[in-house]
Amino acid sequence: MSRTLSAPVTVAFDYTRSVGPVLGRFLTGLRDGQVVGARTSDGRVVVPPPEFDPVTHRATDDFVEVADTGTVTSWTWVPEPVAAQPFDRPFAFALVTLDGADVPLLHALDVSSPADVSTGMRVRVRWAAERVGAITDIACFEPDDGFETLAGARSSTTEAGEMVTGVITPVSLDYQYAASPEESAFYRGLAEGRILGQRCPVCHQVYVPPRSACPVDGVATTDEVELADRGTVTTFCIVNVPFLGQRITPPYVSAYVLLDGADIAFLHLILDVPAEEVRMGMRVEAVWKPREEWGTTIENISHFRPTGEPDADYDTYRNHL
Amino acid sequence: MRDVAVVGFAQRQMEEFDGSPTCVELLVPLFAECYEQTGFTRKDIGFWCSGSSDYLAGRSFSFVSAVDAIGVIPPVNESHVEMDAAWALYEAWVKIQTGEVDTALVYGFGKSSAGVLRRTLALQLDPYTLTPLWPDTVSLAGLQARAGIDAGAWDERAMAEVVNRSLTDAEKNEYAVRRGGSSVEELLARPMYADPLRKHDCAPVTDGASALVLAAGDRARDAVDRPAWITGIAHNVDPLHLGVRDLTRSPSAAAAAVAAGTAGVEVAELHAPFSHQELVLARELGLESDVRVNPSGGALAGNPMFTGGLNRIGEAARRVWSGDHGRVLGHATSGPALQQNLVCTMSAEQGAN
Ligand SMILES: [Zn+2]
Repeated sequence: MSRTLSAPVTVAFDYTRSVGPVLGRFLTGLRDGQVVGARTSDGRVVVPPPEFDPVTHRATDDFVEVADTGTVTSWTWVPEPVAAQPFDRPFAFALVTLDGADVPLLHALDVSSPADVSTGMRVRVRWAAERVGAITDIACFEPDDGFETLAGARSSTTEAGEMVTGVITPVSLDYQYAASPEESAFYRGLAEGRILGQRCPVCHQVYVPPRSACPVDGVATTDEVELADRGTVTTFCIVNVPFLGQRITPPYVSAYVLLDGADIAFLHLILDVPAEEVRMGMRVEAVWKPREEWGTTIENISHFRPTGEPDADYDTYRNHL
Repeated sequence: MRDVAVVGFAQRQMEEFDGSPTCVELLVPLFAECYEQTGFTRKDIGFWCSGSSDYLAGRSFSFVSAVDAIGVIPPVNESHVEMDAAWALYEAWVKIQTGEVDTALVYGFGKSSAGVLRRTLALQLDPYTLTPLWPDTVSLAGLQARAGIDAGAWDERAMAEVVNRSLTDAEKNEYAVRRGGSSVEELLARPMYADPLRKHDCAPVTDGASALVLAAGDRARDAVDRPAWITGIAHNVDPLHLGVRDLTRSPSAAAAAVAAGTAGVEVAELHAPFSHQELVLARELGLESDVRVNPSGGALAGNPMFTGGLNRIGEAARRVWSGDHGRVLGHATSGPALQQNLVCTMSAEQGAN
């Protein structure tokens, strides 16, 4: 058995960015089927246009339209494409100097084997069928057979319109996310209906969920401790605001519960009691889901509910707020 | 300028770390090793600075969890860079120069194996015109390698010679993830992977953490018999877009080397995650032909993200402590195709700066 528990996690976010006048000009050009570069103070035509001149640091404003044909100046084979690359089969990445430009642009090149690509080969842009004002409006480069393309980009159905002012870049990353060994023991304990913490060998504080090191002493937490499934509400909030992914209809109470025997409070829900009756010092106990529903998850505990005991003395939890 | 030395260093490298991405359990014993080497306790450390990345960890503020390994209640003087810990070392060095503190512990960590490393690093690129294509690290290095081959700046044999020497040297490095030289002919007979790169031209995906201790003046002399005094440290950056750079060169590495001063260096630990990049760096840093490069095996033997550069500085410093060498160089890189470069020179002689 692996020392730790792990599970796949996907972290995804769509980055929305404004682009300003220079990149906006470039991306507008792509949407309209033309490649726009800029002339820098050293006389070179650079694609994509830099926002500021690398020498004078002045804002770029001398835009130049370049051809959608060009020459490969370097290339590499991509034998195992990763997610979201322009192709999900082997292809080449290439640096291509477009005719009329002085420096190359990076993009994908659609060839079926490394034998089909060489430095110096002639290539041309293959435009995406639907263009939105993004670098992916260039679907890829393809070998240029020397014939004029009939369906030139200009004759596409895209209407020249307003300037592109922003881009949305979706980012989605997949991880195999692992818990620490101490956290793994905690989750394995939950699968048996037990709540396990770790004790610091120096200051003897008990942490639950466990931490790999004591934040006071900076030493590994070495001793496993089983804790009661009841404790004291130290502080709480009443959730009134709906949000994406919410599972309980507001209002409901999210609270820190100091389990008996622990030195750090633990976040969970307080249900089976009107939200306005929850208070600091209230004694609560875990309500476990039916055993057949248990897994290695904190969700084995459905929520906490009042035990009916008298409230705890403030002094019993004042150091844990 | 205050005289500041590297006085402690500990590391771990592995193919796959069976633990959480904050690497707290790795850091605790590394800090303990640093305390043992220097005689310091955590209360003797004036400043803490780390290098790591949330994108690698797959969680936000991952460095905050890692500070548990320090013992941070009551709060400590602490900072973080979202880069290789070599840049955290630079920040710590500046902090000591301000006179606010005399000592610092610098650490880095990264669990590269949790995601797809070469893909994750596409997030270092221009988000408008590059990241949407997801050009992976290996592909970007391949474009650079090809540019140099086409220009006649190096060839496949020169790249294989770097690999063979690195993997042979790595046999003596207990932390190496990949080791075992063979012959240049045997390496050249292996199949292409990301043409023109073979798998052995690319650093292995590596998990790990490391920690390094800096101290000024007498504090350094208290900590170790023969401190590795920092005689020069500098970092520079080249443009992000590959198209506007001559990929066979690295002006930022050359500028950092000039600023740090490389004269008299006997050993250079270069952070070159791809074989041809060592060839670029050796030229740009102006290393004499008798300089011993990467006796640890270098990044081709193991390249834990966010400590790969710090490890080079630590490995170089160890050669001063041991008395084997009087003057050494550690180098770190970050960004695509050697975009950012840091050079740190160290000497057994104090006051060389
Ligand atoms: Zn403790």
